Amino acid sequence: MTRASALPLSLWLPLCLAGCTGEMSQQPRYDSYEPSALFADGKSLQAPPEGTIARDDPDQTRALATRPPMTLALLERGRERFGIYCTPCHDEAGYGRGTVPARGFPSPPSFHTKRLRQAPASHFVDVITKGHGVMYSYADRVDASDRWAIAAYIRALQLSQNAPLAAAPADERSKLAGRAP
Amino acid sequence: MSQIFTASADTRLRTVLLAIFFALIAGGLFAGGYMDSSYATLVGWVQNQPVPFSHEHHVGGLGIDCRYCHTTVETSKHAGLPATHICMTCHSQLWTGAPMLAPVRESLASGKPIAWQRVARLPDYVYFDHAIHIARGVPCVSCHGRVDKMPLMARAVALQMQFCLGCHRNPAAALHPPDQVTRMDWSDWNKHPETHKLYGQLMVKTYGIEPAKLDDCNICHR
Repeated sequence: MTRASALPLSLWLPLCLAGCTGEMSQQPRYDSYEPSALFADGKSLQAPPEGTIARDDPDQTRALATRPPMTLALLERGRERFGIYCTPCHDEAGYGRGTVPARGFPSPPSFHTKRLRQAPASHFVDVITKGHGVMYSYADRVDASDRWAIAAYIRALQLSQNAPLAAAPADERSKLAGRAP
Repeated sequence: MSQIFTASADTRLRTVLLAIFFALIAGGLFAGGYMDSSYATLVGWVQNQPVPFSHEHHVGGLGIDCRYCHTTVETSKHAGLPATHICMTCHSQLWTGAPMLAPVRESLASGKPIAWQRVARLPDYVYFDHAIHIARGVPCVSCHGRVDKMPLMARAVALQMQFCLGCHRNPAAALHPPDQVTRMDWSDWNKHPETHKLYGQLMVKTYGIEPAKLDDCNICHR
């Protein structure tokens, strides 16, 4: 190496080290949840002013107003959402014996009662939207079309626990008939 | 005229040069070791949180799905830290007087969010989107570890570039069924690779993932 080329090389090292200050890693911009000194409440994520309408609000309202047609996809979506948001209290079969009531939360009513079997699907959608008793509203967690999906799945759960024998396929029926009490 | 250099000058020069040489090597080794140490990567370090929230209790004990609290993980870049009223969905009735939960009640009353300390953080020059990883079936546990066994939250893996590239260079092995994406224990899946030998490759094709492009710089640095 000649002396002439060694000089720029020795200048490179401090230049590279100058990149180690962390400015790239923490850039002067606000990420979600980052605190901000600009606002009195210290948040960079400010709540929208009162009366603001989100762009998807009309879609949500429309989705909430009409019951979507019953499909397998709707039921499957309902099962997944029910598993996430409802099972902690209502349990997987809908009897209201989830792990949270087991810890002392007031038990929710079972879905397998005459009153709730006769309630229209819109009743469940309403309860998810507005809450009921000690149950908080889930409107911010479960969007409108998913509420109908959950309501549809509750219907499936109700049927699963209260189906007439005649509804079962013939081979299942013969299996069950052998075990009838 | 007397000699400028003493008889030992040559030896001293060589000693200094040798010392510089070893110092450079030692410095390099130290820097490398430091970057991979848990002191720099924060793996296993518990942060001081305003409320000692236990994922072990809520996920492992109660079986609450990750998405119950991290509501935007399927639809947004961010998994979402739960708003205080999500905590209060249960804690309006449970442990209502517990001193441990006082900051949660104060936050609900005042509207001031709880100042959680970030555990998994990526540098600002990295673009990461939770939604697409969840939709394609990269389970939470792949990056966040067994949170159902963490009484206090700690970083599970060193979130360095080589960790991201591990999957981006071999996406087939990272893909799992998306409907079980929040499942914590995949030991049976890992123990029996023959049961899902073709799953990853098939899904890479189905989703139109192009492995050759997945480690392009601008996939994550944009």
